[in-house]
Amino acid sequence: MKRPAIFVIIAIAYPLLSACSDSLVRVKPYERGNLARPVMAESLDPLLQAMTEHGYFSREASSGGGGVGGGGCGCN
Amino acid sequence: MKTILTVFTLACSTLLSSAAGSAKAGQAMPKLPQLLPGAGVPNTSGKVVLVDFWASWCGPCKASFPCLNRLHEKYASKGLVIIGVGVDDDAAKYKAFAGKMGAKFLIVHDSSHKAAEFFGPSTMPSSYLVDRKGVIHSVHTGFRGAKTEAEYVTEIEALLAAKP
Repeated sequence: MKRPAIFVIIAIAYPLLSACSDSLVRVKPYERGNLARPVMAESLDPLLQAMTEHGYFSREASSGGGGVGGGGCGCN
Repeated sequence: MKTILTVFTLACSTLLSSAAGSAKAGQAMPKLPQLLPGAGVPNTSGKVVLVDFWASWCGPCKASFPCLNRLHEKYASKGLVIIGVGVDDDAAKYKAFAGKMGAKFLIVHDSSHKAAEFFGPSTMPSSYLVDRKGVIHSVHTGFRGAKTEAEYVTEIEALLAAKP
């Protein structure tokens, strides 16, 4: 296939395919009712999540825990 | 040269496809009764209109209602029409939320998302301030309390002062 033909195919296919991705994949902001439901939350038990995070950053404190800072005695 | 032209075309088409479907400042607003059939939207010609998109599941939308009530009380007599457009899929949730918030302005249900598809709000809540000529003057995304309210007041007063 000649090079110009390839360019023409790409030039036509790209906008068509990108239009597909817009309408098929993206959930629009006003359609996020189901995503906003509590059952869709990452953790259903805030207490369990808080305790797990506390355990994690205490255990990993010497390397910064869950944050970006480094070092520490890990004594909390 | 051809490669450059192809890349340029692709970039333009990408920009166009991503920008499509959202109303912008300077654009004429279509007649609302066409976008919200059966919702009882009054004739707003010659008036300043604030179209606000909200949903029952959206926290900032809830926070914006007292502000919109204050704006309605202050400016409705001077020619401001506030239309709160609920976009909930579930009509029962829309009704329950609308009843709880005690809106003093007009609220309507965009059950078919026809209005939302035209305006294409990029976040919830989003509001569109339309001047007396029916042209979108500004778009507000999100609600940031007193800051957003101050912006509304400045813009609404300027638009109300303008002659139809």
